[in-house]
Amino acid sequence: MADSPNLTKIPDAKRRYKPGVIPYATMGYWEPDYQVKDTDILAMFRVTPQPGVDPIEAAAAVAGESSTATWTVVWTDRLTACEIYRAKAYRVDPVPNTGPGTTTEAQYFAYIAYDIDLFEPGSIANLTASIIGNVFGFKAVKALRLEDMHIPIAYLKTFQGPATGIVVERERLDKFGRPLLGATTKPKLGLSGRNYGRVVYEALKGGLDFVKDDENINSQPFMHWRDRYLYCMEAVNKAQAATGEVKGHYLNVTAGTMEEMYERAEFAKQLGSVIIMIDLVIGYTAIQSMAKWARKNDMILHLHRAGNSTYSRQKSHGMNFRVICKWMRMAGVDHLHAGTVVGKLEGDPLMVKGFYETLRSSYAPVSLENGLFFKQDWASLNKVMPVASGGIHAGQMHQLLDYLGEDVVLQFGGGTIGHPMGIQAGATANRVALEAMVLARNEGRDIRSEGPEILRDAAKWCQPLRAALDTWGDITFDYTSTDTADFTPTAVAV
Amino acid sequence: MRVTQGTFSFLPDLTDPQIAAQVEYCLRQEWAVSVEFTDDIHPRNTYWEMWGLPMFDLRDAAGVMQEIRACRAANPHLYVRVSAFDSTRGWETVRLSFLVQRPAVEPGFRLERVEAAGRTIRYAVRAYSLDQPAGRRYRTSAETIAAPSEGR
Repeated sequence: MADSPNLTKIPDAKRRYKPGVIPYATMGYWEPDYQVKDTDILAMFRVTPQPGVDPIEAAAAVAGESSTATWTVVWTDRLTACEIYRAKAYRVDPVPNTGPGTTTEAQYFAYIAYDIDLFEPGSIANLTASIIGNVFGFKAVKALRLEDMHIPIAYLKTFQGPATGIVVERERLDKFGRPLLGATTKPKLGLSGRNYGRVVYEALKGGLDFVKDDENINSQPFMHWRDRYLYCMEAVNKAQAATGEVKGHYLNVTAGTMEEMYERAEFAKQLGSVIIMIDLVIGYTAIQSMAKWARKNDMILHLHRAGNSTYSRQKSHGMNFRVICKWMRMAGVDHLHAGTVVGKLEGDPLMVKGFYETLRSSYAPVSLENGLFFKQDWASLNKVMPVASGGIHAGQMHQLLDYLGEDVVLQFGGGTIGHPMGIQAGATANRVALEAMVLARNEGRDIRSEGPEILRDAAKWCQPLRAALDTWGDITFDYTSTDTADFTPTAVAV
Repeated sequence: MRVTQGTFSFLPDLTDPQIAAQVEYCLRQEWAVSVEFTDDIHPRNTYWEMWGLPMFDLRDAAGVMQEIRACRAANPHLYVRVSAFDSTRGWETVRLSFLVQRPAVEPGFRLERVEAAGRTIRYAVRAYSLDQPAGRRYRTSAETIAAPSEGR
């Protein structure tokens, strides 16, 4: 956007540092000519200015409040290399389909560059304290949403990254060429340890690779954690012997303190579990600590994104989930729930594709239709396995494989445990549907159009699959997503 | 029991044309296909015997099928798998791996439990077939015992 004449940087230091209140843009937080450095950390915010606030001043205020500024001029700036430490808003674009003539008030995309020395190496907590700190409560903006970030290689290399990663996870499990299958034990609350382990055994023996604790299963009166761990590992080992396959159960180690989490993780390791899990609500520092523990102890680390929708779902305020994906890859988790497209939880197909790209790619180019505003070179950080969970069933297998690819954990909780012939049959139905679909895809068949037929053919010899298709074949969750792309691809004449 | 290692173990055993189609898929991805066999089907047995080197320069599924048949003929009682290796940066690992032969009878595994401190149990998964010495596994007593095969 063009500069308003009164929003340019004041070049004369004496005038710039005169005590008082001046616009952030004039303090130097707006630099339309700024040349982004290779080592800069970039952020892109969706800004809804308060009525009467110039969008450029709003963007400059966001840059200021997320870096060095306070509300008034301070002379102590002059004791520092403040030109370096000041974040710079360098580009402001109106958001398509907002503002006059639309039903949405005017929003702007503000691009801001931060010098790498503003941040502590290897600390998501430090990075986020600036980027999503005080600035989100700042009065001059009515709403603010962090849409995307670019993390330079220099800063990425200060993070461990995923403890295990997709490649090594598959090698350890000896499972290749197909999505992994999981299920969350249901009911999520109330089962005793002994009954809980029954669900785990049935599902694993029937054909799943993993069963999962739910996010809110920790250590409650109906089932204390040690009891759950012991029964689950009995189930895992018994299922391994019954199938000759490596099996796992994500033991949730989430607890009130780090000390308790470490204690639970150590017990899981002692029992021979290949995987543990944590919840996003434990916080960024705790996640990084558990990722270091997992790397040190050869453990796969599953992260359940409990809590993210409180700030990622609404389009005008909060942050986009793709940024959480970036931070969690840096923080070092191996699994992250990232949407199903076809299931019961929020997830526009184009947006979900962007999340998966962020978690799995070595290099992700700019893709506005998928919400990727910056390219991202992942600098050889391990890849995160996305997890698709919530309201999916065997009848959608062709769509799941088509949308999500093969490096994903497909979790069918209700779609396994709710099977009319029992849990083992539910698991078998899912595994057969999956393998039949991968086989057909590799043979060159168009699974998107032939998928239902491929499933019906497999159901001819697999009764559990037939029963699954009869029960859920037509179930879909067709609601409009709230978090959708601002840009649609346009046909280009060749 | 039926060992369910490999990508397609829940489907009926693949026919040779089905195997050839999967091999063609691997070759289209420019993956190197290899054939391996074992008489030790423990889930943690990573290193199966190699039936020669991965076929890096072979771009024809018929050639791979020939090797699969030769491996089966030399090891008619054992497990044989096809694996496809991707040398692309960031992967450098197996991308597809599936069984192309399994013994007629799979005796399965015994789960051994040793009770330890607290309520902890130490588990060990042991294949019944490993109770037989190498060379005699998965063979019926009536069959002549030949020397264990050494690959090519």
